[in-house]
Amino acid sequence: MKSFTTVCGIVAPMDRANVDTDMIIPKQFLKSIKRTGFGKNLFDELRYLDEGRPDQDCSHRPINPDFPLNQARYQGASILLARKNFGCGSSREHAPWALDDFGFRAVIAPSFADIFYNNCFKNGLLPIVLSESVVDQLFLQMYEAEGFTLTVDLAEQQVRTQSGEQYSFEVDAFRKQCLLQGLDDIGLTLQESDAIRAYEAQRRASAPWLFDAIVAND
Amino acid sequence: MAAKTLYDKLWDAHLVKQRDDGSALIYIDRHIIHEVTTPQAFEGLRLAGRKPWRVDSMLATPDHNVPTTLAERAAGVAGIEDPVSKIQVQTLDDNCDEFGIVEFKINDRRQGIVHVIGPESGACLPGMTIVCGDSHTATNGALGALAHGIGTSEVEHVMATQCLVAQKMKNMLVQVDGTLGVGVTPKDVVLAIIAEIGTAGGTGYAIEFGGEVFRTMSMEGRMTVCNMAIEAGARAGMVAVDQITLNYVKGRPYAPSADLWAQAVEEWMQLHSDAGAAFDKVVIIDGSQIEPQVSWGTSPEMVLPVGAHIPDPQQERDPVKRESIERALKYMALAPGQPITDIKVDRVFIGSCTNSRIEDIRAAAAVLNGRKVAASVKQAMVVPGSGLVKAQAEAEGLDKIIRAAGVEWREPGCSMCLAMNADKLGNGEHCASTSNRNFEGRQGYGGRTHLVSPAMAAAAAIAGHFIDVRTLSGQDH
Ligand code: SF4
Repeated sequence: MKSFTTVCGIVAPMDRANVDTDMIIPKQFLKSIKRTGFGKNLFDELRYLDEGRPDQDCSHRPINPDFPLNQARYQGASILLARKNFGCGSSREHAPWALDDFGFRAVIAPSFADIFYNNCFKNGLLPIVLSESVVDQLFLQMYEAEGFTLTVDLAEQQVRTQSGEQYSFEVDAFRKQCLLQGLDDIGLTLQESDAIRAYEAQRRASAPWLFDAIVAND
Repeated sequence: MAAKTLYDKLWDAHLVKQRDDGSALIYIDRHIIHEVTTPQAFEGLRLAGRKPWRVDSMLATPDHNVPTTLAERAAGVAGIEDPVSKIQVQTLDDNCDEFGIVEFKINDRRQGIVHVIGPESGACLPGMTIVCGDSHTATNGALGALAHGIGTSEVEHVMATQCLVAQKMKNMLVQVDGTLGVGVTPKDVVLAIIAEIGTAGGTGYAIEFGGEVFRTMSMEGRMTVCNMAIEAGARAGMVAVDQITLNYVKGRPYAPSADLWAQAVEEWMQLHSDAGAAFDKVVIIDGSQIEPQVSWGTSPEMVLPVGAHIPDPQQERDPVKRESIERALKYMALAPGQPITDIKVDRVFIGSCTNSRIEDIRAAAAVLNGRKVAASVKQAMVVPGSGLVKAQAEAEGLDKIIRAAGVEWREPGCSMCLAMNADKLGNGEHCASTSNRNFEGRQGYGGRTHLVSPAMAAAAAIAGHFIDVRTLSGQDH
């Protein structure tokens, strides 16, 4: 897993509530069997004025000049500032893959959908929950100051502005450790193989039907 | 012993290890896989030189990408016209063959939407933990199981370890009391629930659906409701086991039989919340007040009874909400105050893991029987959830009724629910859809989705615009 310690970067807005994963990466791009290359289609329907197709060269497509990520002031952004219930909808991990591939390292919002939140951690992308009032304030500051940056410090669990304000955020200890150290969580779980086998043995004895094999009979 | 909720019981029974930091290892009994969210997981396994922990706990089928016309289906994978879709379906076949995973392949008569084939085959059972790389896995919670969607990294994790790293969710009870009115269906119930609690209302919770309405609801109806738990923000939805559950499960191909059946039933009958169990949140809804629903916006919580009018954003005080209403009205090309029944439909889609089971198809056929699709409707289609549902419908002669009304009868798959295959909306078209998401562009670029029940979709097909299905003459529900 990719590690995350501290990121200082330009903040870009996604200023609407309930941004769903279809919006983050539309379904036609889910046909890829790879994990990379989704960045050029991040927010495809908002970013471009035409309908995107997979495997297309996006450099000649008509872009929507009103969409923040197309504007000069947000170029190179690595922190996305968003509204509540960000990432709702499908479980597609292509959504964090697309954000990551585009260059985002953290997303700040008042709340996230559960599966999306979970998927972010698996990809070195840090989802940060800050209160609605703090998020409102950050939006204002960001719109006011071109080149507005924030520092995200995972070890300290803090978001800091250049002018010195600090906001703490919660993150559970296991996920934090995995991110800080870039740990492979499958490897970690496999260290518990004995516990898994012991559970299976006890469960097989008490509920044997759960271990009936799925077989290919027709 | 302290009183437990159904979710507490399912969680406790699958806890392999509770870690000090609050996370836990949960054992997974059943893992259903499809073509879209697994190629990267298999690739990860191969790169790390790992093998699936329990291959025989897995069941695969392609559904999201498969074409639904007989012409394209006849030649199997080779016949898929879209080269990218073809690669994805082929990749699933190859991976299942390589690792020895049972797969209902594209032209197997048991192929279908993952969430339909799980319960139908008996692969998903009460008391199980069930995962799939798809958010609508909650459908299986109708069986009294803990079922939820996972991302691709988690798919790989479950394949490799048979476990999921999870944190216990909070408990929510959604209790729907009373009796549903004539013509009001499980889909209307779940849409009304989402309207009540909002699309983020269930975030962080496992929802148990209880109350009189659920005690009398069929298993397929319970699946429709649990299916959309995720649209209320909850990763898992569930219903307690009762006789209706047992009747449904009995005799299914992968369900236990003989002695094991008796032993299983004994355990399954414990799968309900104990009297006095504590819920972190309780929502009580009067079922008799629920009416047929139609979504008007771009989020499933933007839904109203069919007799209502489009809301006026000026009445909304919260600026973020006001803006989302304004944006939704613009996208949907609707005006404040417009009656819902004025909305014309260009296409009608009856299908998806929410509403593609036999009872849904019967409900649609009952409305279509002896009637014709309005001339203004460009296309109406019924896409059964699985090959077995299709065969059952044909055995009952429903396909003939459906075709006679001018509605297409397709091969099973996800189809226009997310438009990854050729079935999609044109730019600006309105669709009466029995699926679960009305997000912008979900059913095709610029497409405008209205979520409804199968009966309401069929009624809209006939009228050419939304109407209250209860006003159609001769409806004997
Ligand atoms: S029918 Fe729709 S919601 Fe259900 S699994 Fe398929 S794409 Fe997902």
